[in-house]
Amino acid sequence: MAARKIELPTTEDVIRSLHIGDEVRLYGTVVTARDVAHKFMVEKRPDFLRPLLKGSVIYHCGPIVRKDGDEWKVVAAGPTTSSREEPYQADVIETYGVAGIIGKAGMGEKTSAGLKKSGAVYFHAVGGAGALLAKCVKKVKDVLMLDEFGSPEAFWVLDVEDFPTIVTMDSHGDSLHRKVLQESEANLRAML
Amino acid sequence: MSELADHVLELIRRSSTDLSDDVEARIREARDTEDEGSTARSTFDVIIENIEIARSGGTPICQDTGLLSFYAHLPEGMDQGGVKEACIDAARRATAAGLLRPNAVNPITGKNSGDNIGEGLPYVSIEYHEGDELTIDVVQKGGGSENVGAQYRLPDPDLHAGRDLAGVEKCIMDAVFTAQGFGCSPGTIGVCIGGDRGGSLLGAKKQLLRRLDDTNPDPELAALEEKLYVNLNKLGIGPMGFGGKTTVLGVKIGFLHRHPASFFVSMAYCCWANRRRRLTVRGDQFSIN
Repeated sequence: MAARKIELPTTEDVIRSLHIGDEVRLYGTVVTARDVAHKFMVEKRPDFLRPLLKGSVIYHCGPIVRKDGDEWKVVAAGPTTSSREEPYQADVIETYGVAGIIGKAGMGEKTSAGLKKSGAVYFHAVGGAGALLAKCVKKVKDVLMLDEFGSPEAFWVLDVEDFPTIVTMDSHGDSLHRKVLQESEANLRAML
Repeated sequence: MSELADHVLELIRRSSTDLSDDVEARIREARDTEDEGSTARSTFDVIIENIEIARSGGTPICQDTGLLSFYAHLPEGMDQGGVKEACIDAARRATAAGLLRPNAVNPITGKNSGDNIGEGLPYVSIEYHEGDELTIDVVQKGGGSENVGAQYRLPDPDLHAGRDLAGVEKCIMDAVFTAQGFGCSPGTIGVCIGGDRGGSLLGAKKQLLRRLDDTNPDPELAALEEKLYVNLNKLGIGPMGFGGKTTVLGVKIGFLHRHPASFFVSMAYCCWANRRRRLTVRGDQFSIN
């Protein structure tokens, strides 16, 4: 199956046309945010993130970065486990008009309902593929809250190209993770 | 800076950027067993491309360079002095060089130490062995995979698991099912049967030091490893939990004697990026494999 290309920021129509199992290559701006950042977004609701996140994508990632002169270089940038943001994610998506999440291992029912309500999707990146995904980062556009949160937890604003993902949760309420859980449970029961 | 620290730094560089040949071979085999055009196969293609990029570019395979653990084995009578210091010094320098992400967080203040040095970190175990060489194994196990580790106490009424190998088998099937794709499957599964709580968990981790292509010297455990390897791959969880034929890359089982009242079964899960390397020092000869 040929991968679809999606430019970021994007629109709700584009997002609603996606279904679980679709391979998607992302182009444009993504913003990293993990544990501290999600707690911060829900508790403080900072306005400076609004123009960055509207129609754009949050990436669950704590990259390895290196400073070359005045410029940041991303050395490794794969996804981190998304489920830790489950308490916050639906709220963040709705508050900031986020079009999608990139992460790994999927999210739960609260987020699934949030994706459906707000018109957003979950793009699964390959966990552990930090070297390849760093190559997809063409530029570090900015970094926010670096001193306050530390490097892995800061908001890194990244320009990506040809970033490989698979839609595993869509805006129609479907989840590949739910499906695999149910199927593997049946397989387990058959063997025990 | 000791000379040993320079070699430990090189050990970390190799571990972080250059996946061991046995792990890579198993991943390539697994890719070929997945159906053409499947999500599982294209996921393996991304994983394999990533392994190649990291090796050729000398960059970390994964941005989560893990919880850094060293297992040193010294010849009887050798002075331990300098081994732990060399590991700590190398960890600090590897972090500054961008080979390791700063992963040492103070749980009370929330502050990241910034150099991978902290209370109990890096983990350094020092033991004596019968050989005449000094070996230092490094393991970089991702935090996501650490989080899906598990411990059971037999008998376990929920699993109908008794105090025997059949019970052990049920625990491991349940643990890997519960992990789904969260540990960055396909994982390598380390198991320890018996021991006290702490020793059992550490024993499971130590099984991850074994090569995937080795054979357990205990025939009964070798058979259980093979059986679990086949059955876990029938779960259908697949790489990243997308579904598929490859859920684990290997199963390694050891045991510790237990107290009559306790029967623990522990499982340590290592992500597909099973990063481990061994430094061997014989006289003034250093080698890494």
